[in-house]
Amino acid sequence: MTDTTLTTEQANPKSKGQFAEFWYYFSQSRGAVIGLGVFIVLVAVALLAPLIAPHLPNQQYRDAVLVPPFWEEGGRLSFFLGTDAVGRDILSRLIYGSRFSLFIGVFVTTLALFSGVFIGLVAGYMQGRVDTFIMRIMDIILAFPSLLLALVLVAVLGPGLVNAMIAIALVLQPHFVRLTRAAVITEINKEYVTASRVAGAGPMRLMFLTILPNCLAPLIVQATLSFSSAILDAAALGFLGMGAQPPTPEWGTMLAEAREFILRAWWVVTFPGLAILITVLAINLMGDGLRDALDPKLKQS
Amino acid sequence: MFRFLIGRLAVLIPTFLGVAIIAFSFIRLLPGDPVMLLSGERVMSDERHAEISQQLGLDRPMPIQFFDYVTGIFSGDFGRSIVTKKPILDQFLTLFPATVELSLCAIIFAVAIGIPAGIFAAIKRGSFFDQSIMGVALVGYSMPIFWWGLLLIILFSGILQWTPVSGRISLMFFFPPVTGFMLIDSLLSGQKGAFSSAVSHLILPTIVLGTVPLAVIARQTRSAMLEVLSEDYVRTAKAKGLSPFRVVSVHAFRNAMIPVVTTIGLQVGVLLAGAILTETIFSWPGIGKWMVDSVFRRDYPVIQGGLLLIAGVIMVVNLIVDLLYGLINPRIRH
Repeated sequence: MTDTTLTTEQANPKSKGQFAEFWYYFSQSRGAVIGLGVFIVLVAVALLAPLIAPHLPNQQYRDAVLVPPFWEEGGRLSFFLGTDAVGRDILSRLIYGSRFSLFIGVFVTTLALFSGVFIGLVAGYMQGRVDTFIMRIMDIILAFPSLLLALVLVAVLGPGLVNAMIAIALVLQPHFVRLTRAAVITEINKEYVTASRVAGAGPMRLMFLTILPNCLAPLIVQATLSFSSAILDAAALGFLGMGAQPPTPEWGTMLAEAREFILRAWWVVTFPGLAILITVLAINLMGDGLRDALDPKLKQS
Repeated sequence: MFRFLIGRLAVLIPTFLGVAIIAFSFIRLLPGDPVMLLSGERVMSDERHAEISQQLGLDRPMPIQFFDYVTGIFSGDFGRSIVTKKPILDQFLTLFPATVELSLCAIIFAVAIGIPAGIFAAIKRGSFFDQSIMGVALVGYSMPIFWWGLLLIILFSGILQWTPVSGRISLMFFFPPVTGFMLIDSLLSGQKGAFSSAVSHLILPTIVLGTVPLAVIARQTRSAMLEVLSEDYVRTAKAKGLSPFRVVSVHAFRNAMIPVVTTIGLQVGVLLAGAILTETIFSWPGIGKWMVDSVFRRDYPVIQGGLLLIAGVIMVVNLIVDLLYGLINPRIRH
């Protein structure tokens, strides 16, 4: 009894200390904290979209086509950021659109991370022919410009948001494979792994429970990078007409619909892109902060 | 050096074969009959179907088809477009210079601004300038370039009316392509105003395509420079009483450039991916727009051939960058 309480008490301050240390370095960077703040607001907006959006995203007001934002002449306060060519409220569409962008980021990153880490672990652990074979395939995927490959994959699978997400995940996944494999190869000959093997741990346990936790830092940083590139690439595919299809209020798709009005109604084009930029910027700011906080080489400076 | 080259080729050839396998299986993965997809004919009789199938070699076993495909590639046969009926390689070669011209201008723009900005930020580390430059670089790095292009069009073509919206040169001018590079061809044509028209068409696409590489290069230059500036030999140079300019430009700069050159080389893929969006926005007749148009027209042979050609170009450029890197940095050759 006493033993158990002792160990939990010992374990708790330690993990708390690790987090406190991480937070100390993370909060050193003002940009990272701002990025985190913006990201939390975005998540809140996405979750509360039906409550805060003044209109429904697809409701068309026939008497309010291309109304400018409220501060411009002819603007109305009820359409805060104006309306688009079929009279839909842009602010409401942007609010609902945040759901798509964040979902795309989460889905694509999760898919790329899990498949990439699994393949990378197998390659690094097995080595030899399996490793060579896997890494050649990754080289082949990386030989194409990512957006081009995603575009062609969507052409095969058919346009749509789900297919676009799958294509982007496939294109981003080799980065995780490479990172995991490199980390596994440096870790696998260390003593704690040998000790674990001698103690009778099987390959699954060695791969996932012994080695993987020690390779996490670069993977977390790569995951934030993937999160922002997933949002950018999905928006780009939407803009090219190959991602989410109208009338989905996805930001890239909104830009594609707005293209023909660029010289007549600047607000239709400006706000969706600004939303993409702010989201991606916030995530990249967090990514920079994470990298500085997790990379021990940079901690000293 | 020779052994280094052989080693690189040993990796490159299987990768290229893999890329060819992907391009080859692409048509066969599509829902539908490859005979119809490759010939572009929607309705055909059984005899016609058999005839085309035999003509395209689709009636033969899969491995032989692949062998034919690869041997065809090496003799320059990438198939024909369903829409224009022209050979794909010819189309690629007429459109490619437009993309190269745009990409070269973009990378020159990115290097010319990115490297000085990165050096300056590193020297003034922690200052207001450093923070502003790095802030702007992060915005550039996060930029959805298709939106950035539209914004620039609104401002410079719409409100200020300084630059044209699309194309490579004003329709007033017509001359046969000699090099395929509009800047050179317009000079060669000797027509008054042709060159300045070509330049004004090039400015916005260059900025749009160069933005992300510019941000990446500025960030990379700053961190490489910071690393080098803390080295002992830089301190020695300072202690000898050399001017700060000489220390930075001679002692630090050369060594800091090694990782930056790699970064510049890695931008080739970024540029070609960016060209897809930039060329679409500015109706720039290059291979990026060609690929997007082909996806919309369901011109599958062009997508197949273009995919392979673009990947081939990237691999060759990466090989050249690797070799150059070996020349600059002797440590890597062994």
